[in-house]
Amino acid sequence: MNFETTIGLEVHVELKTNTKMFSPSPVTYGAASNTSTNVIDFGFPGVLPTVNREAYRLGVMVALALHANVTKSTHFDRKNYFYPDNPKAYQITQSEEPLARDGWIEIDVNGRKKKIGIEELHVEEDAGKNTHGDDGYSYVDLNRQGTPLIEIVSKPDITSPDEAYAYLEQLRRTIQFTGASDVKMEEGSMRVDTNISIRPIGSETLGVKAELKNLNSFNHVRLGLAFEEKRQAEVLMAGDQVRPETRRFDESSGETILMRVKEGSDDYRYFPEPDLPAFEIEDDWIEEIQAAIPEMPDKRRERYIDQLGIPEYDAGVLTLTKEMSDFFEETIAHDADPKLASNWLMGEVSAYLNANKLDLLDTKLTPDHLAIMIKLIQDGTISSKIAKKVFQETIKNGTDPKAWVEKKGLIQESDPAVLEPIITAILDDNEQSIIDFKNGKDRAVGFLVGQIMKQTHGQANPKVVNQILMSELNKR
Amino acid sequence: MISKDQVAHVASLARLSFSDAELNQFTKQLDQIIDMENQLSEVTTEGVKPTTHITDEINVFREDVVVDDGISRDELLQNVPETKDGLIKVPSIIDKGEVDA
Repeated sequence: MNFETTIGLEVHVELKTNTKMFSPSPVTYGAASNTSTNVIDFGFPGVLPTVNREAYRLGVMVALALHANVTKSTHFDRKNYFYPDNPKAYQITQSEEPLARDGWIEIDVNGRKKKIGIEELHVEEDAGKNTHGDDGYSYVDLNRQGTPLIEIVSKPDITSPDEAYAYLEQLRRTIQFTGASDVKMEEGSMRVDTNISIRPIGSETLGVKAELKNLNSFNHVRLGLAFEEKRQAEVLMAGDQVRPETRRFDESSGETILMRVKEGSDDYRYFPEPDLPAFEIEDDWIEEIQAAIPEMPDKRRERYIDQLGIPEYDAGVLTLTKEMSDFFEETIAHDADPKLASNWLMGEVSAYLNANKLDLLDTKLTPDHLAIMIKLIQDGTISSKIAKKVFQETIKNGTDPKAWVEKKGLIQESDPAVLEPIITAILDDNEQSIIDFKNGKDRAVGFLVGQIMKQTHGQANPKVVNQILMSELNKR
Repeated sequence: MISKDQVAHVASLARLSFSDAELNQFTKQLDQIIDMENQLSEVTTEGVKPTTHITDEINVFREDVVVDDGISRDELLQNVPETKDGLIKVPSIIDKGEVDA
């Protein structure tokens, strides 16, 4: 029997604000336990929440970037559950009228393009953080309590683990380019829950789904889903039923492990949040936010190809992250040739980042310095060989390439009046090479160029050397 | 009519544990409360939008500016029965079925 797979993804993204969703205490990362909190975060009796305008604005921005329809009349709801990381015993969220509905993004899996629908997006508050001690106790830090989150729920359009991976990549990229969030899985500013079911091909009704938790990277999502796809098929082939259960992905074995079987549906007893008035989101505000959305990666990519003449593949790589794309644009804003800037970023710069496991912004390289270096190569001041040395110095120590080249005497020698006597002297000393050349041995030229470079400590302009050498050889 | 099972269910959602006698007592009391509230459904509400809020205020936002209310962590933790290194100490909560949002 053949099966088809249906995957749903719920993605939580922390919005980049100064303060919490419903309280004016600061949003921090890595602060001392329970210091970024106040009486509202602690859920003391009598406190009242207030809605962070910036958080809502960023939520609308993400919604618009994902082509969703912003809900005009909306309010917040209470989701009731008891857990130590949730001191109010409820979470303020949007259940009935989410911030936006019916969005989509386009994914590309091995050249096959597909639109994936987004059911809805809503803003809500994050919970605190539990640490489980080995002393039989758990420990709660409420710093994260109240951090603004947007939850993005996909439509059941995703039909393979690879599509799920591509969806997450594209979602992260889009949100990153809006600037609304850092979207870093490793810092928890992006979190993914997923569910998966399979059914015999052609079957009208969806199969029973399993939920997957503890997914720390996009790759774990893909591996966990792939394992689950296989597991569920084996269960059905054996004549059994898939149970509605929550499973977690185990990194070391690459398998999913049962956490619990779900009995009945969750009972959160939602009701409208009485402590917050309702909202009528105005068209003017939506238009204002729409106008403030930075250019999206796909648009940038097109522009690089059409207007800057960057090859399609390269343009794709340059727009993978906002960091890289912004750096590229700033470099060409400093008058660097776009193609050379692209080549350097994709070549030497990326190699350096990979070798040292760094992000671009962790290095001392600036767009200004990269542009200066590219111009030094272009106007013949330094050779591309010397440029590699200059680059290492600049990215490691933040040294101004021009000043360094001058100080170290690395300027390329392009003056024929200086090079000619050196070249003729070398030819005089290497009669055999001239004979070899006349006999059609091309290797002789390489040898002579090597000698010239040695003599000039690598600073001779190879183009000029070649010209003079060829004309001298032909004269003899 | 609310059943004893429903009362037990709501109690377990609220992490409350009751004796059988208490369950009987609360079922009876809750039943009376619900009876009383049911009288409200005798009012005709056709065509009336549900009231989610009692004021007409809309679009009340707070600007995204940190406000320090001057209350220290130690003060915030005063009502916490047990703390350790500024953390709130609670009985072990290894997942039993209620994971965060």
